[in-house]
Amino acid sequence: MQLVRRFLPLVIGIYLLLFFGPLAGFDFFRIVGEIYNKPSLLLQQLINGLANGSIVAIVALGYTLVYGIIELVNFAHGDVFMLGAFMALTVIGATGVTETSTASEKLTAALLAGAAAIIFCGVINVIIERFAYRRLRNAPRLAPLISAIGVSFIVQNIGLFWGGLRSFFPIMGVNSAAPKAFPDLIGRVDVFKDWFGLDLPITLSTKELMVIVVAAALMVGLRLLVQYTKIGKAMRATAENRDAAKIMGIDIDRVISFTFLLGGALAGAAGLMFGLYNNTVVFTMGFTGGLRAFTSAVLGGIGNITGAMFGGILIGLLAAFSDQYFSSRWTNAWVFAILVTVMVFRPTGLMGENVGQKA
Amino acid sequence: MVETFDKRDVISEVISLGATVLLLTVLSTAYLATRGQDKNGVAWMFAGSALAGLLSGIVLALFVLTTTLIDMRGVFINVKPSLISLLTLKQENLTLGIVYLIGTSTVTGLVGAVLYRTPGRVRQALLIAFLCVLTLGVMQELLRVTFSNIGFLAQLIKSLYEKNGLSVIGAAGIFIVTFTLTLVWSFAQSPVQARIAGLSSRGQFILKSSVFLLLFAALFFIPKALDNIYIGEVLANVGLFILMGLGLNIVVGFAGLLDLGYVAFFAIGAYTVGVLTSPERGGTLNFWEALPFAIAIAVLFGFILGIPVLKIRGDYLAIVTMGFGEIIRILVLSDFLRPWLGGAGGIVGIPKAEILGFQFAGPIEIYYIILIGIFIVVFLAIRLKDSRLGRAWMAIREDEDVAQAMGINLVWTKLIAFAIGASFAGISGAIFATKLSTIYPQSFKFDVSINVLALLILGGMGSIPGVIIGALMVVGLPELFREFEDFRFLVYGAALVVMMQLRPEGLWPETLHMRELHHEHAPPEPASTDSIPAN
Repeated sequence: MQLVRRFLPLVIGIYLLLFFGPLAGFDFFRIVGEIYNKPSLLLQQLINGLANGSIVAIVALGYTLVYGIIELVNFAHGDVFMLGAFMALTVIGATGVTETSTASEKLTAALLAGAAAIIFCGVINVIIERFAYRRLRNAPRLAPLISAIGVSFIVQNIGLFWGGLRSFFPIMGVNSAAPKAFPDLIGRVDVFKDWFGLDLPITLSTKELMVIVVAAALMVGLRLLVQYTKIGKAMRATAENRDAAKIMGIDIDRVISFTFLLGGALAGAAGLMFGLYNNTVVFTMGFTGGLRAFTSAVLGGIGNITGAMFGGILIGLLAAFSDQYFSSRWTNAWVFAILVTVMVFRPTGLMGENVGQKA
Repeated sequence: MVETFDKRDVISEVISLGATVLLLTVLSTAYLATRGQDKNGVAWMFAGSALAGLLSGIVLALFVLTTTLIDMRGVFINVKPSLISLLTLKQENLTLGIVYLIGTSTVTGLVGAVLYRTPGRVRQALLIAFLCVLTLGVMQELLRVTFSNIGFLAQLIKSLYEKNGLSVIGAAGIFIVTFTLTLVWSFAQSPVQARIAGLSSRGQFILKSSVFLLLFAALFFIPKALDNIYIGEVLANVGLFILMGLGLNIVVGFAGLLDLGYVAFFAIGAYTVGVLTSPERGGTLNFWEALPFAIAIAVLFGFILGIPVLKIRGDYLAIVTMGFGEIIRILVLSDFLRPWLGGAGGIVGIPKAEILGFQFAGPIEIYYIILIGIFIVVFLAIRLKDSRLGRAWMAIREDEDVAQAMGINLVWTKLIAFAIGASFAGISGAIFATKLSTIYPQSFKFDVSINVLALLILGGMGSIPGVIIGALMVVGLPELFREFEDFRFLVYGAALVVMMQLRPEGLWPETLHMRELHHEHAPPEPASTDSIPAN
């Protein structure tokens, strides 16, 4: 009886998936057939998913850091990520680097763009916290959330406005709302074939390698920062119990500002990586990107840094799989379905502790 | 944006909307600067405000100087000669213009201090009179169109306005009339209120119902008397949003469940009517027969979407409901449902509503359907609010755990909130479908949910008159400022943030809610998750 009750939701879920899945492109037998016929494609999609998932994971870290510390879903975070991509594009445009420049020029431009995006997004995030959230820290729960939705719209419109500044930034193109081409500074060199001389059916390009390596470095760095530095300790203390932390002499406002700075900086880095990897940015990308990142944060257990990383990679893999085997139109719906399922059956996420009271 | 402001005059040939906004900014800066200076004496106060005005003037002057001397068109895309001419108050000579600018700013700063020193009653009257002049100045076009059919009013308007704004005499007249009226009312207000409170309950009832009847009569006859399609169209749109706002008010305002996918129910109502009535889709019913189905299916979906999200609280709920809103839109767009719902092409040829051969074809006729709908829904909302169910919703809004401990069935109460909220949106969607005759998935984007939420926040969550005020502002005002269509969502976003910071209870708050909010603001309560608040 206990066993039945435990697995009943799972069984119902599988039945529902098999019945209604095909509507959303989930045709089990067709997919199995496709994978059987061409297994290398699946591996290729895994690599793509890993790269995109790494970017999602970095954005998710921003959600999870902020949620961990002030229990607020920072709706505007996805849009800050978008601003990071725009900042990177602007700086690359200003340096005048194109796809035909020398490698060192490209590297300098990318580093400059990265630094600019990271600083810019960090500062923007701190400003947002200062003006939109700080006063509402003790207000009813809905208030900061609604404020965050408002900020999200403001930031999105800033992106739209920025995209229209073609007289100053020619790289923005003619139409302010249209997707903008991001220069391909890395190029697609097959690592397996050209570096190691291996002839494999799948390719791992330098782009994917860059994204995965940078993302891994950022995650390890963040982990070390939170675990071993003084400010990291203060962050953990504030997340655990704000009042007790205050009594211990921690400057709460400073810690929260620093958390937002950190989240914004990560979003800026993710913005640059997104641009370099996908070579197109648009002012609405914050909405989709933010949604996926939030789902990852929830999937991994919101407030949990490791969880956000794994959640991001899982969502990236799912999105790549859905794009290939279901239908790209349904990908967002699948992401949402995952989100709802996790929230209903395991609100603490895959590796989260109990935050039921907070949520 | 600044440039478009400058094209409009508040008072014809005297002051433009742009200049008004500019001076208002300086004025409020000076006013805020004065606010802290009370204790240092009057002289300090005036000096401080004049300094604030002077400084703002100098900053603006520096801006003018740099932009005219160095070509910065690339940086500030909005800097066009017209902005400079606006800033220098239309002086040809630059030096003279800058002197004017600084001088005017300083004087405006002083006015700020004077305003601060005037008694509250007079200040309020001045402010209201000024706002009246500003609004009427901006609404010129609308008023002209509106009253062109009524002889004496058209005459009055003609005498008030000149070609591009109010005439000087008209503005002065409006200012004096509103100023006097407000001042008189501020003295008469409390005696009148005391008299009303002194009436017997029967008398109060008669008074209330006569006011209500008067309002109803006005709402009923005015559009017909005006007989203007544009006004009818705007009123009908406002009405549809009032219906939706009242529904969301139950979910968000009463029960405290933040629903960002509310557009889904609007879409369900519209598509139900579309499928059941459009001959193109094989529909055979008429509007009135389809309406109950639209409501029923919206309620059904309210339940269906409500069940999985019941366990989810607060922030998560917002995102999950947003997801549902998007999923419904993706479903409508999908190939799978194309034979029934028409995919991206939508449903066309939805017939108009009809009663005994009278066709509700134009916006003014539709307006009457909406008006009746609003009256029914407002009545229901008021009754629900004070019912046992309404009190249960508010208990859940305030504290879910305590509510449950008091014996409220959380599951059922929340589901009912979702279902009733959905039914109101279903009505709105049904009328929307027959109003436009064609529906596309594009009409049911996330933006609609945000519009409804914004009007709720502006008006005041949980407040029924607030919904109406909010809908007028969110849907009606953009009609006045058509040239700012591009910045619409920027303004909504800013409005949400500013309202949350400065006036979280909304413009027309529900009394109970206001009391709670301000009580909570006063002593910053320590954030404790495990203890029950003492009160």
